[in-house]
Amino acid sequence: MEGGGPDELWAAVADPTRRRMLDVLLARGEATATALAAELPVTRQGIAKHLAVLDRAGIVEARRQGREVLYAVRPNELDAATKWMAQVAAEWDARLKTIKSLAEERHKGKDS
Amino acid sequence: MVDDRIEQEIVIEAPPEVVWELVTDPEHVGAWFGDAAEIELRQGGDAAFSWQSYGTFLARVETVEPPRFFSYRWARPTDTPPDEGNSTLVEFSLSAEGEGTRLRVVESGFAALARSEDEKAQHFADNTQGWNIELGHLRDYAARVGSQVR
Repeated sequence: MEGGGPDELWAAVADPTRRRMLDVLLARGEATATALAAELPVTRQGIAKHLAVLDRAGIVEARRQGREVLYAVRPNELDAATKWMAQVAAEWDARLKTIKSLAEERHKGKDS
Repeated sequence: MVDDRIEQEIVIEAPPEVVWELVTDPEHVGAWFGDAAEIELRQGGDAAFSWQSYGTFLARVETVEPPRFFSYRWARPTDTPPDEGNSTLVEFSLSAEGEGTRLRVVESGFAALARSEDEKAQHFADNTQGWNIELGHLRDYAARVGSQVR
């Protein structure tokens, strides 16, 4: 996997502005920072900063076309980021189930 | 798409005191969370959770109210002491339900991890800008020197 670990992926998509940017990128296929700034209530400088976070996490990729830099979502990485959150929830679910069986075992053991 | 917190709960047929032990006693915690745990069970106490395959994650105990509430903050990556920007908060709430216990866990603060990513990105942007300024000075300097030589 390119970019950072699951935490970095998650952190990259946890921010609401970046999620909106990803929505725009997904809808358009590709967009420049200037085009994103025109669609969202964020300055071009802010957009550039958010794109840097997404780029570092490997969720978007940049492509130079003439004088423009076009950004696009890397679907596998985005998918990994959202799946990671579901995985964290599933892990807690599994842990609670283990606690339950251990506690009930101990409790029964005390009774008998 | 994504949220800042994860909440899960379960009803256990054992009293809160038994569940409390399982949630806070390092010997028991190692059985359901990682492979080994160390917990200094007091406010501000140090804790560590180890996985053979990942390494050791450091944590700090925030609240201890037996047998009702236990929380700690744990950090990423491994071997890093927790602070606001690198950790999430894990809270266990235990409430009596009949003769059993309702155990709820909330893990929150993922947005803080996101903010710290922002800061890193900002830092990176600042550094880049800083270098551009430095390089600008260098270019001016080179031009001045160049013109003097000529």
